[in-house]
Amino acid sequence: MKISILVEFQYHVANYFYMIGMIAEPVIYLVVWSTVANAQGGEVGGYTPGAFAAYYIVWTLVRNMNIVFTPYGWEGYIQRGQLSGELLRPIHPLHNHISFFAGWKVVVIVLWLPLAVALTLIFKPTLDDITFLEVVVFFFAIWGAYLIRTMLLSLLGMITFWTTRVSAIYEMFFAVELILSGRLVPMSLMPEWVQRIADFLPFQWTFGYPIESLVGRLTTTELFSGLGMQLLWIVITTTMVSVVWKFGIRRFSAVGN
Amino acid sequence: MNRIIKLIATYLRIGIMNEMQYRINFFIQLLQSLVALGTGLVGLALVFDHTTELGGWSRPELLAVMGVHILMGGVIRAAIQPNMQTLASNIQEGTLDFALTKPVDSQVIVSVREFRLWQVVDVLMGLSVLGWAVNELQGQIGLGEAVIFAVMLLLGGIMIYCFWLMLTSSAFWIIRVYEMINLFEGLYAAGRWPVGIYPGWLRSMLTFLVPVAFAVTVPSEILVGRIDVLTLVGAFALTAGLVIAARFIWKLGLRNYSGASA
Repeated sequence: MKISILVEFQYHVANYFYMIGMIAEPVIYLVVWSTVANAQGGEVGGYTPGAFAAYYIVWTLVRNMNIVFTPYGWEGYIQRGQLSGELLRPIHPLHNHISFFAGWKVVVIVLWLPLAVALTLIFKPTLDDITFLEVVVFFFAIWGAYLIRTMLLSLLGMITFWTTRVSAIYEMFFAVELILSGRLVPMSLMPEWVQRIADFLPFQWTFGYPIESLVGRLTTTELFSGLGMQLLWIVITTTMVSVVWKFGIRRFSAVGN
Repeated sequence: MNRIIKLIATYLRIGIMNEMQYRINFFIQLLQSLVALGTGLVGLALVFDHTTELGGWSRPELLAVMGVHILMGGVIRAAIQPNMQTLASNIQEGTLDFALTKPVDSQVIVSVREFRLWQVVDVLMGLSVLGWAVNELQGQIGLGEAVIFAVMLLLGGIMIYCFWLMLTSSAFWIIRVYEMINLFEGLYAAGRWPVGIYPGWLRSMLTFLVPVAFAVTVPSEILVGRIDVLTLVGAFALTAGLVIAARFIWKLGLRNYSGASA
């Protein structure tokens, strides 16, 4: 009994630290952009401080949904040869990761709720006119985002099949993703030409679109075409993953085990 | 005192020799620092695409803040954080005994054992950004300001060190400390912008709990010529307070430590 309390307390503190570290990022963006909005007479690019608050609070959930088996995981996995064990199983190793992380997401959502309440009380987001349809689309969109990001990061991780010095490539990928996904700022605040570039890339469907499907002002057509785009990107990235996988696995020679 | 300086010099030499083995890491570090700088500049450009000032700070002034932030971040990751991480795992695994049995003050020895040379890239990059900002500011920065700036930077570094030592000392009681780095990095990232823009409760947290305000905002304020004597006095007082508190908590933690093997 005493031990279990101690253990729980440890994890409690650890989780608490983790959460503060995690929400620092959106809170910083939120404060900066609220300041800008206030300086511009209460609105910038169609966003009021309340709208920014709504955007970045939903951001925290989407961010959690976006945490997938990282390329760093792939790296260790391939370098240390743990992959061999998985290859013996009759199904594709990726199934294992997708379902493992998907299960964990359910726990994440539960843990996220009190955090969302706290942030809502502090930053007072504008949350009116959320329709039932938006909630439904949002529910599918966060899972779509999860799948696309899993596939993208798997592609990135599989680079390890060919070379082992990959951290610099990851850093660049994450920087591009940060800017073109709506993680840094809502896409509508980006200059026109940046938005055009982003249209050809999958990133905004993993971050900006899910957020805006709930708290943005998307029309019904935009809501559904967004889901369509997600589906398209899921198909594209999954195809790429399976092709790269087929070539990569030939390069893989097991270590140990 | 002489002995302590010699000790620090020796550890520094070992640290540099260690890092020299992995020269390719220099280029990786350089690339990562450039990517980080690029994203920082994009963020700044976006903000000033929509406004002309942020909480009373102009674009070159915020560039100065960014320079100090990168510079201080480099110092932290080169000299403070690696030592504290080693310390945390020592406490956890009970291998701190090796440090405690050495015939010098234990706090000194646990604070100087590691040095990450390649992180100095960030220090240089921070200085370059700072130079760029000062150049754009076109302000008169005399010798006096430069000296005060250096002193404030030093005080800020000491405050961050004390904060880290207290945070790490909590490992004597709660053991699991991996998330601390995450926590610290999250809060330190807030220093990229002047603390004045944050809501009151967060501002006091960033001033007194995690002294990011004194480590980044205050030195920047000197460069852009907006500083009052009260803040400077406060910086000295807070540094003294934190040094004493860190020392006290370290001693308290040591008494709580009971080795693992011996």
